[in-house]
Amino acid sequence: MQKKRVVFNYPPHLVEQPVISKLVKDFDLTVNILRARITPKEQGRLVLEMTGKRQAVEAGINYIKELGVEIQPLAQDVKWDEDRCTHCTACISICPPKALDVDRKTMAVSFKRDKCIACELCIPVCPYQAMEILF
Amino acid sequence: MAKTIEEINEKIKKGKAVVFTAEEIIDYAAGKGMKKVAQEVDVVTAGTFGPMCSSGAYFNVGHTKPRIKLGGGKAYLNDIPLYVGFAAVDFFLGATAMPEDDPRNKIFPGKFTYGGAYVIEELVAGKDVRLTATAYGTDCYPRKSLETYIFLKDMNEAVLFNMRNAYQNYNVAVNLSDRVIYTYMGVLQPNMGNANYCSAGQLSPLLNDPLYKTIGVGTRIFLGGGIGYVVGNGTQHNPGVKRTEEGVPKMPAGTLAVTGDLKMMSPKWLRGTSFTGYGVTLTVGIGVPIPILNEEILRYTMVKDEEIWAQVIDYSDAYPQCIPGSLGEVNYSQLKSGRIAVQGKEIPTSGLSSYLKAKEVARILKEWIEAGKFFLTNPVETIPSVDSGIVFKPLKERPIKKK
Repeated sequence: MQKKRVVFNYPPHLVEQPVISKLVKDFDLTVNILRARITPKEQGRLVLEMTGKRQAVEAGINYIKELGVEIQPLAQDVKWDEDRCTHCTACISICPPKALDVDRKTMAVSFKRDKCIACELCIPVCPYQAMEILF
Repeated sequence: MAKTIEEINEKIKKGKAVVFTAEEIIDYAAGKGMKKVAQEVDVVTAGTFGPMCSSGAYFNVGHTKPRIKLGGGKAYLNDIPLYVGFAAVDFFLGATAMPEDDPRNKIFPGKFTYGGAYVIEELVAGKDVRLTATAYGTDCYPRKSLETYIFLKDMNEAVLFNMRNAYQNYNVAVNLSDRVIYTYMGVLQPNMGNANYCSAGQLSPLLNDPLYKTIGVGTRIFLGGGIGYVVGNGTQHNPGVKRTEEGVPKMPAGTLAVTGDLKMMSPKWLRGTSFTGYGVTLTVGIGVPIPILNEEILRYTMVKDEEIWAQVIDYSDAYPQCIPGSLGEVNYSQLKSGRIAVQGKEIPTSGLSSYLKAKEVARILKEWIEAGKFFLTNPVETIPSVDSGIVFKPLKERPIKKK
């Protein structure tokens, strides 16, 4: 089994077509939509997690690419500016998947990209503008 | 035998001073004879790095040709209004000042992405800022407007002057209401969804000298990455609060007013800071050396997070409405564990003051002393302590009668 967190960028002509349901039905993937923003006739942007057999995940991604959907790993869109972070820990209690976490011994904050769901809850909470999420 | 500051400085000069940070001393001295350790250890360094709103800086930028008198006029650094109620080219920049056209909280919650604190950070980083001013013109100061780039090196004086810093302990903020609130203690989730605290606890300067036995007027300190001095007690200094048997206050108590040459400081230790829905502030790094003159002072510096208690305060109603009372008491060991229990509810915690950076401040100050670059001072005057009778008064409002 494989799990992948990705961002889909839909071109305008695909916005009104069913795409995700195909992934579920034809490729036997478990799809968890983490975030979605769709503006009719313009574009769609989706953050999702796909789980399935390695081959199925690959086949699903190929199918999506052939349709004309741009696909990229989620981590690219999330930035933790370590120089601006003061390790104050203001973000720690707000981050649902604990992507932002603190080593309780040293009190050093770390950011684990692969856990981030791009919920943006950390953005207004960080007093040092250390988090940036391009969504 | 008790030591003197002069004896400690002599050891610093010879490179023989024994220095520990306020964190290191806890384990080092545990279980040892106090008398022996107090003889052996010369200095304990405390540190903090947290948002401190009552901060600012004053400047003298030199005279223009022809001369301009900013006093009575208007002046800005990067569109941040300055206080110019002085002579010709002196002004004060407050950390929380913001551009006049900032929307504030009109679109709630405001972002407050720029303000006086950011100008201070940019200046100490050596960056150019825009100085713009208008004046009314006099015979001796005829010029009426000014627009120029300026940077720190070209100024005559640039002095950080913070009237209230290094709070001795602070509240733990929660939100009892059913909506998200945006405060200077951060974003607080409804129904006690989180709790925010703001102190370096066992590393915090005034918590390591709870009765102000060594820190006083003139104490040389680490300030913003450079050297600074304690001016005296800060505003709202309130030594008479409830304390533990060891003298550690259980709520916000003492404060320090501090000053230092901005030109020696670093953007790493003076950071522009934005609290969503609240405003701009300056995060300041302060380190204080505590001379181990005797066993009593050593014992104070051995204070541990679990011995420092803070009050849990509701910031949705009790704080804004000045309703006294606490929802409970927690210690910094609990706060730093990430979870506290308040009235039977488990609440996740977050800090606003960086313990990691506080440790770094204390370590840097320790290194300065060990390297013989930083010497200790005898206070010129002590700051008011528990026996001072100081009462922290609210404003007594007396309505102005309309004639």
